[in-house]
Amino acid sequence: MNIDSFLLMRHEILLLAIVLLLIVAEIFINQNKKGSIVHLAIFLFGIHTIVGFFAIDESSLFGGMFRTNGLIHFFKNILNIGVLVLLLQSADWLQEKIVQHNRGTEFFILMFSSLLGMYFMISSGDFLMFYLGLELSTLPVAALAAFETTKRISSESGIKLILSAALASGVSLFGISLLYATTGSIYFNDIIEVITSTNLSILGLVLFFAGLAFKISLVPFHFWTADVYEGAPISIASYLSVISKGAAVFILMILLFTVLKPLMHIWENMVYIIAIATMFIGNLFALRQQNMKRFLAFSSIAQAGFILLGIIEGNQLGVTTVVYFVLIYVFSNLAAFGVVQAISLQTGKENMNDYEGLYRTNPKLSLVMMLALFSLAGIPPVAGFFGKFFLFTAAASKGYYLLVFLAVVNVTISLYYYLLVIRAMFLRQSDHAIPFFKNKLYMRLGLIITVLGILILGLYSPLYDYIFELSSNFN
Amino acid sequence: MIEGISIYEILTLTSILFFIGVYGFITRKNLISILISVELILNASVVNFVVINKYLYPDVLQGVYFSLFIIAVAAAETALAISIIINLYRQISSVEVKDIETMKY
Repeated sequence: MNIDSFLLMRHEILLLAIVLLLIVAEIFINQNKKGSIVHLAIFLFGIHTIVGFFAIDESSLFGGMFRTNGLIHFFKNILNIGVLVLLLQSADWLQEKIVQHNRGTEFFILMFSSLLGMYFMISSGDFLMFYLGLELSTLPVAALAAFETTKRISSESGIKLILSAALASGVSLFGISLLYATTGSIYFNDIIEVITSTNLSILGLVLFFAGLAFKISLVPFHFWTADVYEGAPISIASYLSVISKGAAVFILMILLFTVLKPLMHIWENMVYIIAIATMFIGNLFALRQQNMKRFLAFSSIAQAGFILLGIIEGNQLGVTTVVYFVLIYVFSNLAAFGVVQAISLQTGKENMNDYEGLYRTNPKLSLVMMLALFSLAGIPPVAGFFGKFFLFTAAASKGYYLLVFLAVVNVTISLYYYLLVIRAMFLRQSDHAIPFFKNKLYMRLGLIITVLGILILGLYSPLYDYIFELSSNFN
Repeated sequence: MIEGISIYEILTLTSILFFIGVYGFITRKNLISILISVELILNASVVNFVVINKYLYPDVLQGVYFSLFIIAVAAAETALAISIIINLYRQISSVEVKDIETMKY
């Protein structure tokens, strides 16, 4: 093994180096200058994001346990951008609440370790690497959810997340062991050649799918979502709903489309039913939420249901639409969570009623929120419309017209509750509206990037063709 | 390989173990017991891997080393869960499920 092959793991090695560097910096930075660790971490991660854009060869390492190609590389860059925006948005919260208790470095180390786990998970070439990546990406997030140790709801959300995640990974592991029993290998490339549709392998598929469905919060497995989002710090809720969900969707899609392709006639039906249930339950429960974090949690459950419409296609078109949708979803959801975080940081208010009259006092923030919600709902000029439109095309190309019809019904329902927030901000007047406040530089930068992403992705179509080209090996 | 015991008996045992774990996870009212139930599920899959490797595919040791990794990761998971439970206990002096439902629906 030489240096060239190690450079294939450039993302992972750089991120690991950043984690180690932050540990060293924690020791050497002066006690009364601890705030500078936030700047240092964001600066290092910014460099990491830029370096990540350089092209990478298609190859595999460690006897096929680790593999990388254009699509995986592209998706890692999406995750990088998402985490960078997230760090920019949570920098002020870190400075005010966390750094003074001397815990800033822990936050970054845990978050970067979790991201490292996601890298390994999405470029895994066998089930062992996949499992280790899954665990490495979940455990630090549970610690982060319980990060505000003095708050009761933060600890509650942490314990709910860790227990659900442990159950999910246990169920998933049992499924993997059954798949191993039928095929005699844990390497994806070996499994593809021998897997057939027997009762045992179908049971393995179902259990394995259930484990990942927990991570994506599809419907029978979604109960932890709203509670964890409400209790955890907002940046962690945002991380869970954007980055963690995106990575899990990606690897689930890759595995279903390659390794478990011979069982497609089974998982098609599963995905069909779960998609309908997820969309309806996510949307109907979102209708009655008052807390913005719970509201966004149920909205993100419903979005996961829409993503399944792309997965059910099972070919190149499905991969393209799902990756494109996740890219748009990252920006829209980060914008929505960013605004919630800005308001919560300044005033401590998180309820929908508190947003009444926001347009009169904080017009820019409410415009950002409006764009984000329009994009999540799928209203034409912004990017979200195209994401949803392509997903529906993917499902329709396979002849699932009823599913597409139900999805359109759900888009209408979701439009209603997204407009509730917009009505509160723009039409309602309130005597105790949130007073005007000015965001700090990092938060403004984070919001501007998301707005640019929402607007540009909707108008710049070559990106879709680029993803389509990258996913050409799924046929 | 154990004399006189076929793979069916052992796989039945692990399946029963798995479902006891799932049942316990759903019905138990104490956080520590829930954690123990999760451990049962994980151990069921550990035994599964070892047995399948030994009985069906004895020439390559993939299942055995997979089980080693599961044991290590399960330990990390338990440590983290216990630490969160301890932190919760400091605040509410209880590890019962009924006391951690301030957030609902």
